[in-house]
Amino acid sequence: MWNVAFAELRKLRRPTLFFGTMGAVVFFSALFSSLLFLLIDSPQGNSDRGRVVSREVLGLATGGVQGFTSVGGFLGIIALCVFAAQTAQEYTYGTLRNLLVRQPGRLRILLGKFIAMKLFAFIMIVLSAIVSIGASVILAPRANVSTDLWFGSDGRQAIFTTFINVIISVIGFGTIGMVLGLLLRSPISSISIGVLWLLIVENLLVAVKNSWQNWLPGSQLNAIAAGGKAVGPVADGIEYSHALLVGGIYVAIGATIASFLFVRRDVAN
Amino acid sequence: MSNTAISVTDLSKKYGEQVAVSHATFEVPLGTICGFVGPNGSGKTTTMRMLLGLITPSGGTGEILGESIKHPEKYLPRVGAMIEGPAFYPALSGKENLNVLATLGGFSTDRVQRLLEQVGLADRGKSKFKTYSLGMKQRLGIAAALLPNPQLLMLDEPTNGLDPEGIQEVRALLRSLANNGTSVFVSSHLLSELELISDYLIMLRKGEVVFTGKMSDLMLSQQPVIIAKSAKENELVLLLAIAEKAGHHATIRDGAVHVQGPAEWAVEFNRAAFSAGITLSQITPQLPNLEETFFEITGEK
Repeated sequence: MWNVAFAELRKLRRPTLFFGTMGAVVFFSALFSSLLFLLIDSPQGNSDRGRVVSREVLGLATGGVQGFTSVGGFLGIIALCVFAAQTAQEYTYGTLRNLLVRQPGRLRILLGKFIAMKLFAFIMIVLSAIVSIGASVILAPRANVSTDLWFGSDGRQAIFTTFINVIISVIGFGTIGMVLGLLLRSPISSISIGVLWLLIVENLLVAVKNSWQNWLPGSQLNAIAAGGKAVGPVADGIEYSHALLVGGIYVAIGATIASFLFVRRDVAN
Repeated sequence: MSNTAISVTDLSKKYGEQVAVSHATFEVPLGTICGFVGPNGSGKTTTMRMLLGLITPSGGTGEILGESIKHPEKYLPRVGAMIEGPAFYPALSGKENLNVLATLGGFSTDRVQRLLEQVGLADRGKSKFKTYSLGMKQRLGIAAALLPNPQLLMLDEPTNGLDPEGIQEVRALLRSLANNGTSVFVSSHLLSELELISDYLIMLRKGEVVFTGKMSDLMLSQQPVIIAKSAKENELVLLLAIAEKAGHHATIRDGAVHVQGPAEWAVEFNRAAFSAGITLSQITPQLPNLEETFFEITGEK
């Protein structure tokens, strides 16, 4: 299993993939955090979906991680794409047969790949946390936001909690990406269907009926990243424990079905 | 310890109603080069995939290096394989692709450079796989198959895309591996290639094994062919009739009459043709090559 993970890391450290992904993470983390402070007085709002995050809210102990929280869902989308592509490409390149000849334990292949991709996602999240919190610290004085509480005991607790929540959420999105990659066996199909569902279909469904957000996988994972709150257009809120349970069930069922098929299916391409 | 590299009994694979491999039974002795031949769609690759644990047989049993094919993890560390052409990550270099597989299999990456040199890719190891020609990709596939220093090497069409020099190099490589005790199981549509290197042969037709045994036994069991050409092409039909009247199976192919019969009968054939007023421009008794034997056995042509 560890051999598989190390082999997978050799692929993930490819400069185009690694620096391209990390570059996107840095850019969007800086952008999401910067907009919170640069648009603080904008009547159109300074957060996603036109929400307003006031000076008072940003000045709380949780203010330092507001940007990081906002970018959490976006990191999930990136993880979904990377996990889906890295899994499905083994089918499209025909390299799966090489992997299975060298490591016939199919579950080991899956677990090894998953470990490597989780490490990749972890680096992504750490980088995003550093950039978004760093950008917030730099821009807060210009926006007259107090940072006194950000790094106190409660502030450090908020950073830690948010970090864990974003990790859970991103790994959840990544697992869904991996499941799609295994089921659809094509990077383009798995990424497009995954992103289309999360960014468009779920939002449309929630717009039609707000209570559906309590049962949609992407909404649960976004709510986990945000520490449990509304992700739909109407801010009724999703309980953190509910999001964790429902999101966990989605991920567990998907992972079980995909693993079963991966282990049993003939490799005929 | 078993003296067979591969041993299968009644191995079958069905996809719904379609039979890909039907009750295949054969053995490949250790330390030999075994050619695996058959027309496209005859089940060669499916058989190889079953032997490598990539697809589950519908029936039958098999052993590789003394271990059941139900437990590929027991023998695959000693097996090198290239199935259905070389498959690698296009954005990685040839060397990095081999490093990935070496890491995966738990082999030392120190072997990678030596293998690249062995297959003639030392100077292109750092180039991305997507920039390789078909022949270079094929060489990289062979290098990957050699990574575990295998006791059994399974190659599917290894000379595909190689130039004549490359084909000769692969032939020499396989022979040297076999001389050092590696068993080689190689499929190819280039029957002339297999004829040159194989000690042992397995022929498949429509999923069924139609011959298995030593190459020398197969060739010796075949009747010689007398190839006769007449000065006038329209006389070939008459020559065919003369041969058939004498009780020999004959066909017209490539502007000549091919008669199955002992070499000594050539004299009589020549005399009979002369009596019929036909002047032969060529009459050559020869043993059939593998291609002719293959077509004879499979009835493909």
